[in-house]
Amino acid sequence: MFKSKTKLLQLTVTLTACAFLLIPTLMSVLAGITVNYFKGVSSGLTFKWVLNVWELYADSIFLSLWLAIACLIVTLIIGLPAAYGLARHPGWLSRLLEEFISLPLAVPGLALALALLQLYGTLNGFRTSWTFILVGHVLYTLPFMVRSILAVLAAMDLKTLEEGAASLGASPWQRFRDIVVPNAMPGILAGALTVVTLSIGEFNLTWMLHTPYLKTLPVGLADSYASMRLEIASAYTLVFFILIVPLLMAMQWASARAQRISQ
Amino acid sequence: MTNKTFVLTCLTPLLIFSLAFLAFPLVRLFLSSVEGDSGWAVYLDIIRKPRYLNTLVLTVLVSLATTFAALAVSTTAGMFLSRNKFRGRNILLSILTLPLAFPGVVIGFLIILLGGRQGLINQITPGHVVFAYSVIGLFLGYLYFSIPRVLLTVMAAAEKLDPALEEAARTLGANPLRVVIDVILPGLMPSLIASGAIAFATAMGAFGTAFTLATNIDVIPMVIYTEFTLSANIAMAAALSIVLGVVTWILLLIARSLSGTTVAAGG
Repeated sequence: MFKSKTKLLQLTVTLTACAFLLIPTLMSVLAGITVNYFKGVSSGLTFKWVLNVWELYADSIFLSLWLAIACLIVTLIIGLPAAYGLARHPGWLSRLLEEFISLPLAVPGLALALALLQLYGTLNGFRTSWTFILVGHVLYTLPFMVRSILAVLAAMDLKTLEEGAASLGASPWQRFRDIVVPNAMPGILAGALTVVTLSIGEFNLTWMLHTPYLKTLPVGLADSYASMRLEIASAYTLVFFILIVPLLMAMQWASARAQRISQ
Repeated sequence: MTNKTFVLTCLTPLLIFSLAFLAFPLVRLFLSSVEGDSGWAVYLDIIRKPRYLNTLVLTVLVSLATTFAALAVSTTAGMFLSRNKFRGRNILLSILTLPLAFPGVVIGFLIILLGGRQGLINQITPGHVVFAYSVIGLFLGYLYFSIPRVLLTVMAAAEKLDPALEEAARTLGANPLRVVIDVILPGLMPSLIASGAIAFATAMGAFGTAFTLATNIDVIPMVIYTEFTLSANIAMAAALSIVLGVVTWILLLIARSLSGTTVAAGG
């Protein structure tokens, strides 16, 4: 099948790239369940490290899950009506607004975190609460939610549908609830999965915004990489993978589906 | 409530949030950058003082190397995967795209598992081979998160490329290299520039990976971090953030105008 030299070369590059991405991932999984990584797998397999991680970092894991849910709720409350507003009023002002809220996709999280700290760092009750981290997560994930819904809404003839409903006496709110939301569902689903996945894995902003009492999962990961033995760091990474990989796959599936619908 | 007021009400939460937590903080960041001892000259200091200039040059070099390596690897793999249907293709595709949302810290740790003191390479090779904490390790970490990003953009473009053109070139007697240079590369060029810009911008701003690996290497995100936390040089940290943000923003704007995709920055 892969007879020609060119194909063979292409295959080699592809497989090397796969190995480069996959091997360290498998190693971290293996190291997380090996009794002594330095001695190798022959020292036996164990769940001791995973349990250790649970004792040490359960709080971080729960904080991350809580933040992800809160972030999803806030991005829905802000993003869903906003996407509708932008879809109903296409024009340069809407383009500008969309471009502006997309800034956090381009500007590194570190810079955004510095900006937030400069303005709100002295507001003590806010700075030390979990809502400060939440603001960072919403800032970063909101553009994904808005664009995901907007892409689906822009592809359908919203105006005609709404005019039809209005002629039958539906109020703006009824039209939003009964026409816009059901039609936008694929976009909402894709956006929601993206928001949760990104929020759970967010590090760049969170590292600057967190306090010693509020460590999220990725902050805990960085902590374990710096100060724990390799087995615990690996076991923690394994826990993270178990959480994030199904979400990632669901996210890719939902995004592809939403994209098909909006084309 | 009329139509127009309803639509405006819909946009209000977004306007309030982005003013309070995006617009005002960014203005504050900019003011902080010029409120230091050197005033506006802080931006000149970035190219005047060797420490910052060296950081800038090193960051650009590592990011450029990452960009070209990722383009070479991902274009080859992307063309191969979109032109050949075989068993296991989808598995390879999943392996190559799944790391897309791995946080930068985790990628840094994966590089440590490859090239650290207890790493794979050190174990299977004779002698002491540790590269995780050097520029090579940083480059590999950046390459790790760039491959999936570039691959997705390239494959989307490759699907739209007409295979008949390649066949025509081949029947006219072009060898494989000529087909690549004269047919495939020109067809892919907009998406190559776009994904290259994405890879470059992401590498420039990568904090998580640098945080785990670059303990002794000065790249811009690490210098921003140390200026802010250790030296309390707020003005410089803010100025570097602004420069970095403007550069990555312009690059991603170029990327979007060329291919219509923006894959999240991060790392």
